Amino acid sequence: MTSVLTPELTAYWDEPDSFTLDGYQRHGGYRALAKALAMPPNQVIQTMKDSVLRGRGGAGFPTGVKWGFIPQGDGKPHYLVVNADESEPGACKDMPTMLNNPHALIEGMVIAAYAIHADRAFIYVRGEVLHVVRRLHHAVAEAYEAGFLGDDVLGSGFDLEVVVHAGAGAYICGEETALLDSLEGYRGQPRLKPPFPAIAGLYASPTVVNNVESIASVPYILGHGAEEFASFGTEKSKGFGIFSLSGHVTTPGQYEAPLGTTLRELLDLAGGIRAGHQLKFWTPGGSSTPLFTEQHLDVPLDYESVAAAGSMLGTRSIQLFDETTCVVRVVLRWIQFYEHESCGKCTPCREGSFWVRQLLQQLEGGEGSQADLDKLLDICQNITGRAFCALGDSIEAPVKSSIRYFQDEYLEHQRLGGCPFDPAASTLFAMESAR
Amino acid sequence: MSLTQETRARLEPDAARIIARYPRSRSALLPLLHLVQAEEGYVSADGIEFCAEQLGLEEAEVTAVVSFYTMYKRGPVGEYHVGVCTNSLCAVMGGDAIFADLQEHLGVGNDETTGDGKVSLEHLECNAACDYAPVVMVNWEFFDNQTPQSARDLVDGLRSGADIAPTRGAPHLCTWKQAARILAGFPDSQAAGGHTEGHATLAGLRIAKENGWTPPDSGDAAETSGRQQ
Repeated sequence: MTSVLTPELTAYWDEPDSFTLDGYQRHGGYRALAKALAMPPNQVIQTMKDSVLRGRGGAGFPTGVKWGFIPQGDGKPHYLVVNADESEPGACKDMPTMLNNPHALIEGMVIAAYAIHADRAFIYVRGEVLHVVRRLHHAVAEAYEAGFLGDDVLGSGFDLEVVVHAGAGAYICGEETALLDSLEGYRGQPRLKPPFPAIAGLYASPTVVNNVESIASVPYILGHGAEEFASFGTEKSKGFGIFSLSGHVTTPGQYEAPLGTTLRELLDLAGGIRAGHQLKFWTPGGSSTPLFTEQHLDVPLDYESVAAAGSMLGTRSIQLFDETTCVVRVVLRWIQFYEHESCGKCTPCREGSFWVRQLLQQLEGGEGSQADLDKLLDICQNITGRAFCALGDSIEAPVKSSIRYFQDEYLEHQRLGGCPFDPAASTLFAMESAR
Repeated sequence: MSLTQETRARLEPDAARIIARYPRSRSALLPLLHLVQAEEGYVSADGIEFCAEQLGLEEAEVTAVVSFYTMYKRGPVGEYHVGVCTNSLCAVMGGDAIFADLQEHLGVGNDETTGDGKVSLEHLECNAACDYAPVVMVNWEFFDNQTPQSARDLVDGLRSGADIAPTRGAPHLCTWKQAARILAGFPDSQAAGGHTEGHATLAGLRIAKENGWTPPDSGDAAETSGRQQ
């Protein structure tokens, strides 16, 4: 039987010292760095391009191409910034990665910084995860001590300083230009693009911003070769990645698998939907990706197939909801989140999220009608493509897709004058007391 | 509360160390705000003034930043700040019930603190632990798979001064102020302790091992393709 799962980043998380330098080096850690430092930087970038690793933070932009955009010999300082601000509802892969395998991230950072001629790198980690912050500081200190960071890394003449920078609670700082503003000490608001960070990023200097998992995948690619990485996955979505299953599934958790794996395959391994219940809807990549239903169980979870089926692969954050769940409640709560997290810079997002939330609240309370659904879709249509950044565009995803698949359920609220569901039935404790 | 001259004198070397980490000083603002929050438990007018002074900014510029980020508190919170995730998935899995129950049990509303100053309560957005829903955070440490009863027991323990360990995280829960100091970039010595390999974290790995789907050739490939240092 072929391997459905391919643990690489997650392979040693069950070892108690997997987060230490010793634990990491026991399995070949930092050997890819030595190999990379023996290559010219351009060749490292070419290797990344050949691997066709696409950004694991959701957008899926090819990492090597991003690195290649950094101008060379421009006399400006270059920066590498790791986006460790994992906050997308449903996303929970980068935090366990940094808790259990922070050195893969740091080794990847040194390789990336070397490739783009950066001598300063930052890990922008969300502040609400204290032990992750501790583990990052610990790993960075170990890496300095061992000569993998600091002056003259492994005698190569390459210098790198790494700073762990804790954010302060703002979803928008996961947007790369808002992250840069925040890292510069401002309110985290997105910048107009172009110029892109590769030209004018941190302190208006060329900057690469990459997701944790993207950078943590770099040592594998350099160590094993681009070809081996690209032998996993599908034609255009190469490699493997972490799929995070949460919600009404028997065994929630982190499943590292080749891109193109289906939810049906993952659910088979995870014991299916919780006993006695059926899948109702799910997100393939977090709350910002349009909902899927049971009819999408066999969609290969790669960028192209998910897009062709009307959603986005995003961060592979698979949130599963069974038939006890009210879709209106779920969508309303996500929209309240977007309203709360809207930075306020642009009108479509700031005002749009406010109006969409109001309409959804009315619908959930049984006071909405078909006309309100139409209005909801109209407002969403006017936000998407007109907002300053992807946060605004995300508002439409759950609203439009939920109306598409569950319009009757919205209207049922009106007929009954309230929500037809019992919230107690969908809880974890309902699951446990039924066992 | 206010920052006394003695406190300021003690914080200035810390501030200088923070500022020295960055190519441009203003980048130090977020950690400096964590630093003053570690001192007073929240970002006071004095704290804002201190940060402005260190960075040569106007107090209004600092205030504009403080008000943007939810982790900076504008008034005292509890020694243990309890956050209940009520984003969609955790809410459905029981977060709404836990939050409602804790409000009743503690007799406080959202963003309020118990009379003894021990526990404050807040509803949170997604905290990146959906595979352990419903999630409760205390001083930004994970308490996984909570129920209304387990959350009640947790806050009762916090109020009685019990030594409590997060489900995944440090061996000992630190206080709100100590947590803020770690966020400012001055970690305590608990990084190596505690355990973080929860059942959901390892779910895929365990199944892979049962099926013999281990890394194709981890040790060997690294041996041949990488160079020994």
